[in-house]
Amino acid sequence: MNKIIIENLSLQYSDGTESLKGISMEIRQNAVTVLFGPAGGGKSTLLRCLNRLNDLTEVRSNSGRILIDGEDILDPKTDVIALRRKVGMVFARPVTLPMSIRENITYGLELAGEKRRAKLNEAVERSLKLAAIWDEVKDRLNEPAIALSGGQQQRVCLARVLALQPEIILLDEPTSGLDPISTGKVEAALYELKKNFTVILVPHSVQQAARTADHAAFFLQGELIEYGDGKKMFTAPKQKKTEDYIMGRFG
Amino acid sequence: MMKLLARNRHSVQRLGYGLITLMAMVTVVPIVGTVLFILFKGGSAISWEFLTGFPHDGMRAGGILPAIVGTLYLTIGTAIFSVPLGIAAAIYLSEYASDNRWTRLIRLAIINLAGIPSVVYGLFGLGLFVLFLQFGTSILAASLTLSIMTLPVIISTSEEALRSVPQSFRTVSISLGATRWQTIRRIVLKEALPGILTGVILGLERAAGETAPILFTGAAFFLPRLPQSPFDATMALPYHLFVISTQVPEMPIQIQYGTALVLLIFVLTMNVIATVIRSRARAKRQW
Repeated sequence: MNKIIIENLSLQYSDGTESLKGISMEIRQNAVTVLFGPAGGGKSTLLRCLNRLNDLTEVRSNSGRILIDGEDILDPKTDVIALRRKVGMVFARPVTLPMSIRENITYGLELAGEKRRAKLNEAVERSLKLAAIWDEVKDRLNEPAIALSGGQQQRVCLARVLALQPEIILLDEPTSGLDPISTGKVEAALYELKKNFTVILVPHSVQQAARTADHAAFFLQGELIEYGDGKKMFTAPKQKKTEDYIMGRFG
Repeated sequence: MMKLLARNRHSVQRLGYGLITLMAMVTVVPIVGTVLFILFKGGSAISWEFLTGFPHDGMRAGGILPAIVGTLYLTIGTAIFSVPLGIAAAIYLSEYASDNRWTRLIRLAIINLAGIPSVVYGLFGLGLFVLFLQFGTSILAASLTLSIMTLPVIISTSEEALRSVPQSFRTVSISLGATRWQTIRRIVLKEALPGILTGVILGLERAAGETAPILFTGAAFFLPRLPQSPFDATMALPYHLFVISTQVPEMPIQIQYGTALVLLIFVLTMNVIATVIRSRARAKRQW
């Protein structure tokens, strides 16, 4: 089933840099969709459109539609706060907020007005387990999150997103600063997550794209070059440009 | 030949280093000298009676309680007006304002406000608060005048403190469904608070030590009792020091230096508090 339908989406930043050129694609529910390609291709920009985080950036022009569950989220009347709770995001650098591990997880829920202690505690345990970090932090929940290692912090960031029970999870190179073991743990968590969530991942390497993709989209300079089944994309790409990139001829 | 040149370069280096160190040490001399001098000259005047008594015999004897209390009132009064306004302005400039002609005008105004001589603030306060708004020569008028003078310091240090909070905290908070104001209140202000406090104290410290702005707006030559309301005039340490140093003949020198010492301690204490807050926050900072 299609969770997200992007129709002819174009975007240009006010300084004229990275932009999207008439992107149209459909993103499936309960699967990992990978957006890959060289830097400056528009992958991150597209992610930031999906939770309207681009509202924080100066954008010169923006056209097209993004339908999530049939509703156009680019509509000015959209409740962006509710949208961001439904569409969570994990960033490239693990940024834990300057508070304890527990408070990092409950931050979003408390903003949403949740005050019941039992509910908050339940969310902390559930989301930390889902992010495969519970066993490592369960005895030190009140310690500052910054004391954790980078890999642990990134999984706390993932748990923080999961605590809000989103439907879509956006991950923008979530393992770019992590060691291979931490990366493995994050990828394993993703594999579990796709059973219940729609996952959209910008990988930090072609190898990671190939490992994780159910569906894959190749972006080059703001254009969607090829989009299809992940397995086929990385074994038998249809486009010459995709093949060149996967083979490492540029990028 | 090459060896000689190399050795020469080394001695030039050593000479330069020595000069710079000397210059740096020279800057310490005035502050240490001033403090020691005042302490030496005025230390003997400090007594319980001096700190808690009223002046008598034409201020040539007795204590300086009304001046101490007055300076305290003026500092608190200044804080009441300048702190909320200054922090609000800093939040606007750092978190909300985009870079356009309007905000550039505000910034220009703040910079120029900081450059105005303090006696001009005094005259402005006289015109606006004392005469036009009819607050009279009062703690209220003097506090408002000092507030205007203090604002640029509070605004610029607070803005600096707010800007030093990493942008990524804001982005993450917004992405978790926070509004801009929730982000400011729960993350940005909390992290910037030590820096803001430092700025506030440094600004108030300057206000506490100023004479010119209160000269026409709130300071009294001599009052037989403590001020009873914000509309009363008040004695104040810097003005009292000015009065007993220049306006009263045959003034005992210990009382002059004793008063200077009390003012110095008042101001330096605030300075030390600011420094402690700043260094504690720096040690605790997690980013």
